[in-house]
Amino acid sequence: MSHQSTYTPGNGFSRWMDERLPVMRLVNDSFVDYPVPKNLNYWWTFGAVLSFCLAVQIVTGIVLAMHYIPTTELAFASVEHIMRDVNYGWLIRYVHSNGASMFFIAVYIHMFRGLYYGSYKAPREVLWILGVLIYLLMMATAFFGYVLPWGQMSFWGATVITNLFGAIPLVGEALRTWLWGDFAVGDPTLNRFFSLHYLFPFLIAGVVILHVWALHVTGQNNPAGIEVKDPKKDTVAFTPYATMKDAFGLSIFMILFAYFVFFNPNGLGEPDNYIIADPMKTPAHIVPEWYLLPFYAILRAVPDKLGGVVLMFGAIAILFVLPWLDTSKVRSARFRPLYKQFFWIFVVVCIGLGYCGGQSPDKILIPVGEGGFDVTDLSRILTTYYFLHFLVLFPVLGLIEKPKPLPESIAASVLGSEPAKS
Amino acid sequence: MAQTHAVEPTRRDFLYVATGSFAAVGAAYAIWPLIDQMNPDASVLALASIEVDISNIPVGQESTFKWRGKPVFIRHRTDAEIAAAESVDVATLPDPESDVARLRPGPSGEIDKKWLVVIGVCTHLGCVPLSYRGEFDGYFCPCHGSVYDTSGRIRKGPAPTNLEVPPYAFLSDSRIMIG
Repeated sequence: MSHQSTYTPGNGFSRWMDERLPVMRLVNDSFVDYPVPKNLNYWWTFGAVLSFCLAVQIVTGIVLAMHYIPTTELAFASVEHIMRDVNYGWLIRYVHSNGASMFFIAVYIHMFRGLYYGSYKAPREVLWILGVLIYLLMMATAFFGYVLPWGQMSFWGATVITNLFGAIPLVGEALRTWLWGDFAVGDPTLNRFFSLHYLFPFLIAGVVILHVWALHVTGQNNPAGIEVKDPKKDTVAFTPYATMKDAFGLSIFMILFAYFVFFNPNGLGEPDNYIIADPMKTPAHIVPEWYLLPFYAILRAVPDKLGGVVLMFGAIAILFVLPWLDTSKVRSARFRPLYKQFFWIFVVVCIGLGYCGGQSPDKILIPVGEGGFDVTDLSRILTTYYFLHFLVLFPVLGLIEKPKPLPESIAASVLGSEPAKS
Repeated sequence: MAQTHAVEPTRRDFLYVATGSFAAVGAAYAIWPLIDQMNPDASVLALASIEVDISNIPVGQESTFKWRGKPVFIRHRTDAEIAAAESVDVATLPDPESDVARLRPGPSGEIDKKWLVVIGVCTHLGCVPLSYRGEFDGYFCPCHGSVYDTSGRIRKGPAPTNLEVPPYAFLSDSRIMIG
């Protein structure tokens, strides 16, 4: 931890315990007396929201696993059994299936927060990389989970995604068969995906512990993007200040969560997944869940099979090296007039890619020229921009941009005193 | 090597390295069963071949059979379809292959051009193409728009190769063994 432990055992038992396993000291130093920058805004409550989402998914998931049957014969029926027969099964399943979407809404806000305020920059590179790793594990977990109800989208989603690995030269075919345990997506595939779907959340929990550890070593970034200078003036105690603020943010988030669970439980899903998987018939229009659509659009934008797969994984992999692509020393976009604008363009591009991923690739958007301007054309432009943002804009902006003067300290930025004249 | 160690390696150093290497090799062998268990098992391999009756597929129609969990299209081609498959210049195809190279000899040893047997899995990302659809009246994949001709060869779209021809043989004029 970056700060000195302030824990003093209150009674005989806690003194005795503290000399043997100082777990109360760890909790106190991490979540009670831990100093947080006093200028954190509500975009900083999403760490707590995400912890909540992970806990909800694990608890509801363990319960669902008590009723679910991972065989191609019975999977679909067992999900319907959960929905109709199991006490509160409908509630638990809808919380779990919408919980996945909520988890991704929160993680995207959390990630864009990091991009806007430069939270990935030194000394928080490892913190950021661990976060990207969690995001990758989340996508894998969500993919495995989506296969389990064994509807048409489950089956064909699993088929398309596992076939991506078939594009790898030389070992692709063998790797694909190994993933399937069969010559197509079948019983062995479903069974192992269930096993891995149960495992991965605990891997996520493990990396989350490292993520929080790394966070508490460097301390939190903050909207001003400057380091804490005087802990007395610049920080407040985690409890009650951050705890209560997080609790309030979480309550608001839960209103959105509850809206989906109780009023629109299938709004984010695909109706085709209520048709039992048929390996002989592909639905006319297959799409992944909304949170994977931007990457699906990148995959389809490339006319070459291997190229598409490489670019799709590259779109995520590039996040790992972001701390070294950004040449600007200034963290927060508040003080980066150019980056601030490009950040919002990037947000729009990501949403645009998401839109493209959900549409038929040959849908005409603007009827101009020969064949018109279709979704594939738009995906290609947006995919190019996505990579340019990382590979060109991040390195170049830091060199040409003249940042605004930074505030003297966090306390000064909060109290509204004039930034230091430089 | 640079002279960084003043002391000669001893017999004990050798034993440490040998022990460590032995343990590493042992660990690698122990991992193999954990990896290989994910490959297709004996029960999956046992179902790897099927026998089908093709006598009730009329000319100009197609039947689908399930083989290794995938659809196999058996198409009784019309003369027009055969002619269309043969008329194209092979060299211009994305995955050049003549129509006759994609067929197998019948019981007499001669190739009966009427029967086309292909795996109904798009070579792009594994969707099942729709039959008698698309520009060449062969197959059209609804997922990403690959178009195949009446020989199951890729003509347009993102798929890299022709529809795969499964290993099969004619047992008689009316029976085929796939796998």
